[in-house]
Amino acid sequence: MVPLSYYLVLSGILFACGVLGFLIKRNIITIFMSIELMLNGVNLSFVAFAARWHALSGQVFVFFVMVVAAAETAVGLAIIIAVYRTRETLNVDQVNLLKL
Amino acid sequence: MAGAVNLLVQSHPINSALSLIVVMGSLAAEYLLLGAEFLAAVQVIVYAGAIMVLFVITIMLLNAGKEERSQGSRVATLLGVPGVLIGGVLVAWTLLHRSDMQSVPIGALWGDPKGIARLLFHDFLLPFEVTSVLILIAIMGAVVLASRPEVAARGARKDGK
Repeated sequence: MVPLSYYLVLSGILFACGVLGFLIKRNIITIFMSIELMLNGVNLSFVAFAARWHALSGQVFVFFVMVVAAAETAVGLAIIIAVYRTRETLNVDQVNLLKL
Repeated sequence: MAGAVNLLVQSHPINSALSLIVVMGSLAAEYLLLGAEFLAAVQVIVYAGAIMVLFVITIMLLNAGKEERSQGSRVATLLGVPGVLIGGVLVAWTLLHRSDMQSVPIGALWGDPKGIARLLFHDFLLPFEVTSVLILIAIMGAVVLASRPEVAARGARKDGK
């Protein structure tokens, strides 16, 4: 038996790492990976609560989160490729105009 | 957790991607311990497989090198690191000092695919169908965004004639 709070703390740490990476990283791909890290932290708390209350719907919600994350990754990476084609850079500080 | 910290520390994006794979793999192990066997399999297949392959291919395609520091990133580090640390410590302290938190059994496999499928296709049928539309739109958007501009322009001209 593992206390539920341990899982919640681990999930919070993962989410905090995601927020931190989102803030301090300058590479747009790494920022994107930080977003994935945040989604994973939330998923962990979903699964922990589902295990606590033996409710399968929590796992179904994690499934939906994964689907949305996959769609978001595909579109986001396509946007990154389009940005790189026009700007020749991946640094978010140099991408400050929507239109060249 | 070590993988997550490593993701922040590494300056090269491919190293960050590899440490993110470590995080995904250990999260899959956690799901298995929590009894969500179907989700553990999906985590390995979708996250550690598909999404990370997308990331690595993009990193290689764009030839991403080391990131350089700038003024803005230093400000974000100065403000962000203490803020996130304080928030994390507060949340951890609150969660660990709650006495009415129950514990979770480990190793009991109860999240079987049968139950999830029954829930997914009976109770959550409408959200499931909506996500299929979402995926379709995402595929079309990705193809349109990632196609070369001159190719797209030529296609548009051909359509116009």
